[in-house]
Parts: sequence; C-alpha cells; structure tokens
Amino acid sequence: MSGANDPYDPKQVAALSPEALDAAVEQAREAFAQAADLDELAAAKPGHLGDRSPVLLARREIGALPPAAKAEAGKRVNVAKQAIDAAYEERRARLQVERDERVLREETVDVTLPFDRVPRGARHPITTLAERIGDVFVAMGYEVAEGPELETEWFNFDALNFGKDHPARSMQDTFYVGPADSGLVLRTHTSPVQARALLERELPVYVVCPGRTFRTDELDATHTPVFHQVEGLAVDKGLTMAHLKGTLDAFARAMFGEQSRTRLRPSFFPFTEPSAEVDVWFPEKKGGPGWVEWGGCGMVNPNVLRNCGVDPEVYSGFAFGMGLERTLQFRNGLPDMRDMVEGDVRFTQPFGTEA
Amino acid sequence: MRIPVTWLVEHLEFSETPTPEQLAEAFTRIGLEVEDVHPLGPVTGPVVAGRVVEIEELTGFKKPIRYCRVEVGPDQVNGIVCGASNFVEGDTVVVALPGAVLPGDFAIAARKTYGRTSEGMICSARELGLGDDHAGILVLPSGTAQPGDDAVELLGLDDTVIEVAPTPDRGYAFSVRGLAREIACAFEAPFGDPGLAEVPEGEGEVWPVEVDEASGCSRFALRRVTGVDPTAPTPWWMRRRLMLAGIRSISLPVDVTNYVMLELGQPLHAFDASALRGGLVVRRAAAGEKLTTLDEVVRALDPDDVVIADDSGVVSLAGVMGGASTEVRATSSDILLEAAIWDPASVARTVRRHKLPSEAAKRYERTVDPQLPPVALERAARLLHMFAEGSIQPARTDVGRPVPPAPVSMPIDLPDRVAGVRYPRGASARRLGQIGCRVEVTTDDAGTTVITAVPPTWRADLTQPADLVEEVLRLEGYDSIPSVLPPAPAGRGLTEQQRRRRTVSRALAEHGLVEVKPFPFVAPSVFDALGLPEGDVRRGTVTVLNPLEADKNALATTLVPGLLETLQRNLARGQKDLALYTVAQVTLPRAQPVPVPEVGVGQRPTDEQVASLLASLPQQPVHVAAVLCGNRELPGWWGGGRAASWADAVEIGRLVGRAYGVELAVKASDLAPWHPGRCAELRVGDWPVGHAGELHPKVVEALGLPKRTVAVELDLDALPLADHRPAPVVSPYPPVLLDVAVVVDAGVPAGEVARALRAGGGELLEDIRLFDDYTGDRVGEGKRSLAYALRFRAPDRTLTVEEATVARDAAVAAAAERVGAALRG
Repeated sequence: MSGANDPYDPKQVAALSPEALDAAVEQAREAFAQAADLDELAAAKPGHLGDRSPVLLARREIGALPPAAKAEAGKRVNVAKQAIDAAYEERRARLQVERDERVLREETVDVTLPFDRVPRGARHPITTLAERIGDVFVAMGYEVAEGPELETEWFNFDALNFGKDHPARSMQDTFYVGPADSGLVLRTHTSPVQARALLERELPVYVVCPGRTFRTDELDATHTPVFHQVEGLAVDKGLTMAHLKGTLDAFARAMFGEQSRTRLRPSFFPFTEPSAEVDVWFPEKKGGPGWVEWGGCGMVNPNVLRNCGVDPEVYSGFAFGMGLERTLQFRNGLPDMRDMVEGDVRFTQPFGTEA
Repeated sequence: MRIPVTWLVEHLEFSETPTPEQLAEAFTRIGLEVEDVHPLGPVTGPVVAGRVVEIEELTGFKKPIRYCRVEVGPDQVNGIVCGASNFVEGDTVVVALPGAVLPGDFAIAARKTYGRTSEGMICSARELGLGDDHAGILVLPSGTAQPGDDAVELLGLDDTVIEVAPTPDRGYAFSVRGLAREIACAFEAPFGDPGLAEVPEGEGEVWPVEVDEASGCSRFALRRVTGVDPTAPTPWWMRRRLMLAGIRSISLPVDVTNYVMLELGQPLHAFDASALRGGLVVRRAAAGEKLTTLDEVVRALDPDDVVIADDSGVVSLAGVMGGASTEVRATSSDILLEAAIWDPASVARTVRRHKLPSEAAKRYERTVDPQLPPVALERAARLLHMFAEGSIQPARTDVGRPVPPAPVSMPIDLPDRVAGVRYPRGASARRLGQIGCRVEVTTDDAGTTVITAVPPTWRADLTQPADLVEEVLRLEGYDSIPSVLPPAPAGRGLTEQQRRRRTVSRALAEHGLVEVKPFPFVAPSVFDALGLPEGDVRRGTVTVLNPLEADKNALATTLVPGLLETLQRNLARGQKDLALYTVAQVTLPRAQPVPVPEVGVGQRPTDEQVASLLASLPQQPVHVAAVLCGNRELPGWWGGGRAASWADAVEIGRLVGRAYGVELAVKASDLAPWHPGRCAELRVGDWPVGHAGELHPKVVEALGLPKRTVAVELDLDALPLADHRPAPVVSPYPPVLLDVAVVVDAGVPAGEVARALRAGGGELLEDIRLFDDYTGDRVGEGKRSLAYALRFRAPDRTLTVEEATVARDAAVAAAAERVGAALRG
C-alpha cells in the first residue's frame, strides 16, 4: 500500500504487476487441476476466485492508481480474472461430466433380470379365433348374431328342415334335457341362429355366429362333446352360389393368407340345397400345401326360408359352417383336441391375448 | 360301400375305361365321398391254385399243425406246413410258392418249420389282400381251377376296391346299380340299368300274406324256390365280390340275397319255407312279444317295431334282421325270398332302439327304390336256380303299390340363377335325363320356359326345384361356379354388448388371468361341497337326460364349479400359482316353466308361437367368473410374493365393471360358497350383479383346494349397457392436497366412510384415496383409523388452503354424521 499523495507508479504496486497476476492465474490453474472432484473444486474455488483471492485483492488496488494507469491495470486484472474463471469453468465442466458418467455407471443394473412378478395371462385361442372371424365378416358388412346353447328342437331341427325321425335327433348324437319330451336340446350346431336371425331381423340378413355347440361324442384327440362352430348366413335378393364361393374365398384368404382359396364338393345337409363340403387350400399344411376339409355350406333350403317366413321366390341365401377347434387344429398344427378343453394354463398361455 | 372297380363298370360302356383314380375323382366331383381307393395286391412271383392231396396232422405242438402234400402243378407236389384246419383233402386252395411276394412285402421262401420243410404257404384271403377274413385259409369251390393255374388272374387280384360313403339322401347309391349310374353321368357313358329288368307276370299267390296298414310297409313281395341243393357252393366270382365288399360268405342262399342287395340296393331276406307256419302277417309288434334274431339274441319288441309274423309268432324284425327260427340252414332246400319296402323312419327307430345296425337297415333308412322288390326277387331266384338247381315257383306274391314320384317343375334357368353361371343350352334337361328323370320342357302362360321332371322311382329325394337344381349343378361341376363377392351391405359393427364382452376378456387376460373353457356339465353333488343351502336357486338345474358322465348331468347355474375343477387339474399337474377365468352362458330354469309349444313347419310361426318358443327356454345369461390360488405376485429378486386374496377377487369384479363403463359398488355379504366374513356383493347402484371374495374354509376343505382360494362371479348380462359418454372438464389450476385420518367403529366399512367424506367434501373434492387402515392400541379397542389423502381443486381459480380446509372440515363433518367418524387427534 502506498501513501495517498505519493507520486504513484503502478509498477511499484506488486499485486498489480504482470508477474504477480500471471502467477495468480498459474496457481489457480494448478489448484483447480488438482481438484479430483466437484467437492474439491468447490473447496479450491474461494482461494482463487473468492473475495480474498489474489486477483480480487489486486482489483481493489486499481482505485488507488493515477487515472492514467487505471485502464491498463484494470485490463490486466480482468484478463487474469477471466483466465481463472475459464480455468475454473473448464475444470468444473470436466468434473461434472466425469461425475455424471460415474453416477450412470454406478447405477447400472442387470437388465436381463426377469420381472415376471404377475404370472402371464392369456385368452383361449378359440375365443380369439372367434373374434377374428367375427372381425373378418363385420368388415364384409355382416353382423355377429348370437343364440342360446340350450335350444328348442324347433330351432335346432324342425326349422332347419330336419324330419321328425332324422338320425341326428337321436340320443346318440344329441344331448336332451329333462323332463323327457321337454322339446329342448343342447344345440348340435350354430345353425339354429340362422332361423333366429331370419325371424328376428329385417331382410336382407347378413350374419355370422360363432358359438358353443354340443354332440354326444366321447372326448378324444379329434372329437370333443363340447365344441365351437361359426355359422354364416346371407339372405338377400339375387344371391347365388357364386356369391357363396366368393365369400368363402375371402374368408379363407383372411384366415390362411392370400394364397388360400376354397373348393366345393357336392354334399348333403337338410338345411341347404344345393349343399357342399368346403375344402380350403392351406399353404402351410403339414407335408406341403394342400386341401383340408374345412366345413359345410350351401344355398339355404327353400323349406328353411319358408319356415322362417321368407319367400323363396323372392329371396335366396347361402349358409356355411365351420368347426373352430378343427380350424385351430390344422391352422396351428395342434395334435390333440383335448388340450383345447382341459384348461391347462401351459396350453393357453403361449397364445397371449390376441389371435 | 366298398366296391371293386370290375364290378362297378360291369354295366357301363366306355370307349376308354377310366382308371380307378379317375373314377374316384369323378365320385368326389359329383358328390359321393370317397373314403379309400385300395388296389389289390401287389402279388408277384409264383402264386398258384393247388389241390390238397394229403394231410398229416403233426402232434406235440401247442396248436394244431398240418403238414400237407399239395399238388401245385402238373406232376408237382409240394410239402407245406399249415396252421389252419378249415380244409380237407381234395380241396382247391391258393399256394404262394417260394419266390412269391404277397401284399405287405410278405416274401415267401422254403423254410424249415415244425420239423418239416415247408415249400410255400397256403394262403388266407387276408394274406392275399382280398379282405379281412383271416379265420382260415381260402378254399375255392371245386372245379374253379386246376393245380398250377395262375392265382393272380384266378383271384382277380388286378383290381381296385373303391370305398364310397354316399350322403344319407342318396339311398340309391348304396348299390352297384346306383354308383354305376353316377359314373355313367360323370363320364357320359351308356349304362344298362340292371334294376330296370323286365319281370314276368306271376301265376297266382306264392304264399298268403296280410299287410297291416299301420305297418307302414308299402310293398311286400315273395318268390319261392324249391329243390335248392343245400350243398351247392357259392360260385367263386360271387364270393370274391362279397369278400371285397366286406361281406362274409355264409351259404349260397344267404350269399345270393347279399349279392343282389349289393348289386341293386334292394335288401332281401331268405326264409326256410319249411320252417314257416301258415300265412305271413306284416304288422307292428304287440307289447310283450319277443324275437330271437339271427345273431341269437332274444329281443323284447316295442309296439313301434314293424315285424313279419306267421302262426307261430314273430319271425322277422322287418327291414332290420330276420329271426333264428326260420333262417336258412345247411339243410334248407325250400327257400322263400322276401323283398319289401319299409318306412325309413320306422326302420331307423328300430335300429336305434335295439342298437342293431345292419346292411339291410342302412339301405332302408335311406329309402329303397320301390320298383325293385320284384326285380331283385327275380334276380335272386334265377341265381339260386342257376347255381343250386332250384326250381322257381311260377307264382309270386306282390302286395301294395308304391306311389309314383310326383313331377317337379322349375323355370329352366333356375339352375343358372342359383349357381350364378350361364350353363350351355339344354344342360338342365340333359342332366336331369341322365339321372333317370322323365323330362318335359314347356312354356307357361307368362311365357316362361319351364322344365318338368318326373323323378325316377329311386330318387324319392327329388321333391322341390332346389333338388333338381342341385343335380344340375353337381353334374355340371361345382368347379365351374365362379367366385364373386356379394355387394357389401351396410353393417352396424359389433353390438355394444359384444364390444364390452371383448373388453372384459382382454382386460382379464392383461390382468394376468388365463382363460379356460370348462364344459357346462356339473355333478349336483358339487353344490353340497360348495355349501349351498337347500333351496338355493343355483341348485335348481336343468338335467341332461343322456350325459356322457352319469353323475355330471346338470347344466351349470354357476361357472365356479367348472373353474374349480380346472383349477384342480392344473394343480394336479404341478402348477401352484393360478388365476383362471371363463366367460360362458349359464342355464337358469324359470320358476314357472313354460312348455315348448307345438310348432309346425312350412310357414312362419305366428308371433305368439315365436314368443312362447322363446319363453319355453330357461334363461341363459352370460357370466364371467375367475378363481385364484397361490401367489398373485410371485417372489423374486425384487422381494417376497403376495398371496392372492379376497381383495384380488373384488378387484377383478371392479375391473369387469369398468370394462362396462360402470363403477361397481361393494357391500359385505355372506353368500355360499364364500367365506361369510370375506364375501363382497358387487352392485350396480342397489342392484347385485355378482359376488367376490375368499372361499369358505369348509368349501376349500371339501374340494381339497389350496387354502385361501378366492373366486368371483358376475352376471355380464345384468351389467347395464350405459350410454357411456363422459364430458370431463379438466381444471388447469393447482390442487390443494390435505390428509385426514378419522377414527370409526371397527365394523364401519371403509367404503361408507369414503362415501360420506366424498359427499361432504362437495365439488371441490377432486379425489379421495385411502392410504392407511389402522387398528390397534393407539386408537383403542373396537376402533379403526382410516387415513385418506384428499385432493381439492377449483375449476376456475387457484384454490386457497383456507378454502380447501373448509371443504375438508365439511367432509369430516359429514363422515361424523353418517358413520360416527371422529377426527383422529
């Protein structure tokens, strides 16, 4: 410190000398570089950038300098201060990056650890298959119709042109319920929904009906007494067997891919005339692409239309039906139908929630 | 029906005979399902006819063994060991000589066996690939062949058997005659129908017959052949055809009846006329009557059975099986042949009643050509005359006249309109003519060209235009029908109910439950195990009259028993932590059952009839149910597991409600099979829709379930399909969060406390959440402390703490008033 009235020579103020400032900068750099982490850096900061640090002490001396010397000295101090700031900032940034990296490294977990905390749920493949088929037909303008599983014989047989003594009515095929001659059966097919749809709905009718059906077959690899069918029915003016074929082909493509198509073979069902068996071309058939028996179909028998109050002279229609278990069996290559009914979770889980 | 190709084509003329594969393909194309195409053989190497010269019975072995000297060619006698004993010295047999290979790559070589050298094998029919008969070796009728004759030609081994399964409407196709006609149609080949043979007039009645109208017999014909040589063998060609058709040779008269049945489709029965007592009566059986059938079974007859009787009683179960007392025996020489037309439904009922399927009944059930009886009798009589020197009596009996088929008319273009195809001109008339119709084409008053077809007698199935259409379409080929999508109608998509059910199913699966599909059959005893009180509605089941498992004869009224059974199956297979669900109809009988009305066909039932049909059915609502046991959350590196509890069951119920857009209310209940203290009734408003909770410990014990198994069941159809159209207004202002703990009596349900707080909190209370439920010393005996986090918010301003505090105090005041809650100090 010099006296107030002394002729002033800045060079005599040691703290403002270039050497002193350079040394302060150098010491600061040194100190910051020595700081191993952000805490040490924070600890080192006051000594070089705090109020009592050499640079800031030097700045205080500027006020006492003669005006002519102030500018130069101020400039020198600022340069030194900026250098120390920069050194600090550089170090801080570097240490922060290091710390962030370390934290992330330390927080690393084994992401392969399983988190099967809640066991996996799944829907039954018959359910998802039925929904998918419903969607295919809804997209074609159909509606999904439903009916009860315990059904009157009239809907299950009479309305569908089964004679009173048709063999299908025997107890060897059909589950009857009490009391004797109750006139009620567990529906043997989804076809009674045809009659229901025609009685309940305005014409034209385009419906598809997936549902549970029953026949007195013992459970084995290819039969189950409780199974599922999907029924389709279209009744409109001018419907032809070509329309039936076109609909089945579209259905086949939706289920089995663009390569698929159907083939009709003449057959017999009481509720259709003409009738046909449907074979489907299945590109992924075991042992190479080929035809697989898929279901039955035909033009709605005029007797069925009459029984439901539809004039066969004005309207015509087609109907088809497929077994869902069978469809699933050949589509997925499932060897044993029993797996579909026994409810073993190991069977169902792999199917997930959507078909 | 199995038929060798050589027989099939016997009455057909081909410019080029189709291969068996072509024939099978044609059958399939025109609607006759082919189950099998089975070429005979292959047989290679020396297989020849042989004459048994000498038989030496070898002794000292476990079974009878013969060493035979068999003449197998001119001056060649081979020694052959044989295990069969159905032949005698002098018989003609078939011998596979060393070097021969029989079907199934069965190579024959000379070998040492039973201490002798066997130079070949004496063959059974099955070893030659001629059928399944392996009862003994094949003995050919004497004179059929000379030793050394090539057996391949002799046995007709260069042939193929096609097995066809005609649909039940095509009764005529259960015959060579019918199948040959189908092939004639398919290949446009000329066909000489043996079923249309002329039959000479008879001279008087051959046997007195009375046909009761109630029998439903529309024709009954008899022919008598006397002086039949009972020792006459069935000619080899006939035996062979029967064998290939799968019918065992019995005796010439029986073989003849079977042969004619296969050839023409008309079942025949042969009586031993000497065993008949007096005239025949065709009638329904009387109550208490019995018949010993050919298979030696005594059958108690039903008054619905149609029978043929003589003075001694019933001698035949009409159309199904003859009686033992009048059957043709080894000594019979006076044969009365019967051919009749029976009511198909009546025969079908008798077959089912007596569990007695037969080749005859199979044909009668599917209708037999009513013009056939005299033709078939004539054919059979002539065969007996030809091969057993029988003399055909000039008289014949033929009672009843069948009704000729009614003509069917249709617009000539109807097949085109049904198929969506333009067929060549004249196709309809041509095709209908081919199947045997008399066809006439006319123009009606409106100028429409109409085709009228009189169906042939064997096509009783052709009764309406659609039947004619099918004939035209199938013969023109279904493969000519193009694939055309109909114009799409305007659909309405899935119904609300259908969409909601899908959401439920998906939600439960995503929630970790696995869907299963148990059968709807339950044993009524399960309701005892479930502890349902007497008179519980769920005990009122519909009973299955013919269940597959005798005890499981009730239709489920609740889905829980089926789920528990599935749970147990999984447990038995080693699973421990299970969560299963199912969605299915249950069957709930009506308190006042409505009988099913008599409703006819041919026209639409009246609205009243439809209504009573629907009312006669039990209610069948769709339920959803779930059962859980073991851990709901598994233990793992994250910590311990969490056992499934009543709360999981309730939560699943809530989840289902949410899928329907409703928040279910929960109320304590004590319905079996649930734990009386851990059973929640799930409600929509005040309307119960299901129950959830832990199963009663006694139920768990009775069914051997894991402890604390939980279950939930809801009636999906009872959930309202609310028009779920929320319009939430979301406030952008900050909330005020306040906690409050209240003390209530331990018996006060938390749900009611929350309801009271919510009511008292008013519109500013945005959310309320229970975060602690404490019982213990700090609140005193018989009390519980419930701590709630409350979130207040105003829709239009920043809420002040003071305002929120006022609202909180109002909430607590409401809880104090309604459930006696006190602010916890």
